[in-house]
Amino acid sequence: MSRAEATGSGADARTSSAGTPGGTPPDPAATGRERSGLWWTFGLFRSELLTTFRRWRTLALLAVLAAVPVLIGIAVKIETSGGGSAGEGGGPAFLTQVTNNGLFLVFAALAATLPVFLPMTVGVIAGDSVAGESAAGTLRYLLVVPAGRVRLLLAKYAAALTFCLAATLVVAVFALATGAVLFPLGDVTTISGTTISFGSGLLRALLVAVLVAASLVGFAAIGLFVSTLTGSGIAAMAATVGLLITVQIVDSIPQLGAVHAYLFSHYWLSFADVMRAPVLWDDVVKNLVSQAVYALVFGSAAWARFSTKDVTA
Amino acid sequence: MAGNDRAEATEEVVSRVTRRRKAARYAVPVAVAGVAAATVGLVPALAASGDPNLPKISAHDLVQKIAASDTQQLSGSVKITTDLGLPSLAGLGGSMAQSMAPGGAGGHSDAASGSSADPGSKLMELASGTHTLRVAVDGPKKQKISIVENAAEYSLIRNGRQVWAYDSASNQAYHSTAPQGSDTKARPTLPKGTDVPTTPKQFADEVLKAAGPTTSLTVDGTSRIAGRDAYDLLAKPKQSGSTVGSVRIAVDAKTGTPLKFTLAPSGGGKPVLDIGYTKVDFAKPAASTFDFTPPKGTKVTEGKQHAEQHATKPSRQEQQGRSQAEAALSNAKVIGKGWTSVLRLDGPAGAVDKGAKGDTSKMPGNAQSFVNSLGDKVSGKFGSGTVFHTRLINALMTDKGTVYVGAVSKQTLIDTANAAAK
Repeated sequence: MSRAEATGSGADARTSSAGTPGGTPPDPAATGRERSGLWWTFGLFRSELLTTFRRWRTLALLAVLAAVPVLIGIAVKIETSGGGSAGEGGGPAFLTQVTNNGLFLVFAALAATLPVFLPMTVGVIAGDSVAGESAAGTLRYLLVVPAGRVRLLLAKYAAALTFCLAATLVVAVFALATGAVLFPLGDVTTISGTTISFGSGLLRALLVAVLVAASLVGFAAIGLFVSTLTGSGIAAMAATVGLLITVQIVDSIPQLGAVHAYLFSHYWLSFADVMRAPVLWDDVVKNLVSQAVYALVFGSAAWARFSTKDVTA
Repeated sequence: MAGNDRAEATEEVVSRVTRRRKAARYAVPVAVAGVAAATVGLVPALAASGDPNLPKISAHDLVQKIAASDTQQLSGSVKITTDLGLPSLAGLGGSMAQSMAPGGAGGHSDAASGSSADPGSKLMELASGTHTLRVAVDGPKKQKISIVENAAEYSLIRNGRQVWAYDSASNQAYHSTAPQGSDTKARPTLPKGTDVPTTPKQFADEVLKAAGPTTSLTVDGTSRIAGRDAYDLLAKPKQSGSTVGSVRIAVDAKTGTPLKFTLAPSGGGKPVLDIGYTKVDFAKPAASTFDFTPPKGTKVTEGKQHAEQHATKPSRQEQQGRSQAEAALSNAKVIGKGWTSVLRLDGPAGAVDKGAKGDTSKMPGNAQSFVNSLGDKVSGKFGSGTVFHTRLINALMTDKGTVYVGAVSKQTLIDTANAAAK
């Protein structure tokens, strides 16, 4: 199984590090411990990444995400081929500008996937991270490795965050490719009406992708925490995604406006403010702060739970 | 690895220790959440505390300061909150327009009125709720105002004689060319008196003289608006019976630019209108701010053509409405003085009656019941009528077709109508 292989690669890393002493350390034993500790963390992270991205499930999720911008692009192309304009009946933000400039497909696709698709995939990965091992009976073998539970948890969280970035980039890259094929590219008109060059438009698109990935940091921590609560991977995934949907519903009820600012998803669409001129940073900063707070709260809750948990399977 | 070395301890001790350790660890996320919540609660309170200490200034000098202010360039964000005490006007306006539009949306041939970039259709949205605007001004010829929306923006850009409106949500633009003379128009922040008062001191004198008998004008402390020290100019009606409680204008201590305007109703509660900068910068905005080229694929509506179309071929409805409005205005009369003045519109009884009936019959049922539910039936020497009440403006429409409108309380309005009917 991939898990056995992963722990194996971790062990390889350790032996190789022990075999190459660095410099002239005054206390070789202490430095060796430190180095091996670092190697352990890195090795664990690498093995986590490999297990995550080698799964068919992960690849299928990424394929679905890649299909969304392609579908949106084709739909807009068909709708506007007769000379009409897209998105007159609503739809995600930026959809109407896609016909002007293919670059806007990046923003439209991210705006379309951010509310549900992207966090859902993150919920599957993060929710399964600990509970899935527990259900498959591989968790206790992982804990035999003298890396410590905290490092294991950190490695799992880092792998989930890497998935957030990878998923966002998959959407952005496929959107850019589809947009370049189907629509004209050129100078970009910001939503404030000013014109910027295509190069700086691309830079903004990259910034937007990073911001979208950062928007998922808090939710990934929640998924990790839920994952430490249960021994069933399916239950953890369902609970995480269910929480996401509940929060999205609460965020859309105007009568509950008092709590909206505290929901992790409230400032998600703030990435659109990057396309204003001058850029309006207020909500972007609020989003990043709220993600950091959620990551700290639920990360430490996951630590509190996982480090004191009785692992029997 | 935890727990292995405690094999010899009794089970009881182990469970007690782990329980305590668990509780201690769970305190960490709770503490983080608590600190975050406390920060959210405390930071605005700390930031708001402490009005700036500024040298004392008289109301006369402050008005003079406003008039003397020579702010040609600024950019910033403005927050506008309107609470007229009406249900959401934007929604109502939309539904009314939809149901009352002749021929429905599909059969409507006039492209201009269908454009969401038409400035007129956007202004309705500002009449209720809270909105964020971004403003940039560079001299009298370049101005830009944007309404910040979710992942979209509506911009009104003026660059010389070119006036553009761009609605990014629907990807539509509106263009018109201002007439030649309008280049010399004063900047929008403060219409500079080009006519009578020529110096700021004269202007201040004029304002105070005009305000004298009806208004008390005072400097009411200082405040901090958008990170700048400001004096608060407070205007209060001396007369009773007005629905306006006070008007407060925060004036930048350095430049004399008004930064915040608050209109409070006499009935108390939230301000009816609150408009002020949340960020302001007196540096020259980037020239590119005022450049607008409609992107390829954007639907552009020409405003000029729109106006000509109307001038040459006004619809029958419009003609009727215009003549009615003209007739009503010719009979308009202002009763009273100052804050309690009431506008009286004497419609030619027959026409207004017919017009009103015609209008209401055309209104959809829900709109009519909505209008009725807003009004209170009253009677007096003027006969009987209906009072329409908002937090700022009250209107009395008698059954004879006379309309009294004013920013006065309901009782004052009825008293005025009684006095006028004698």
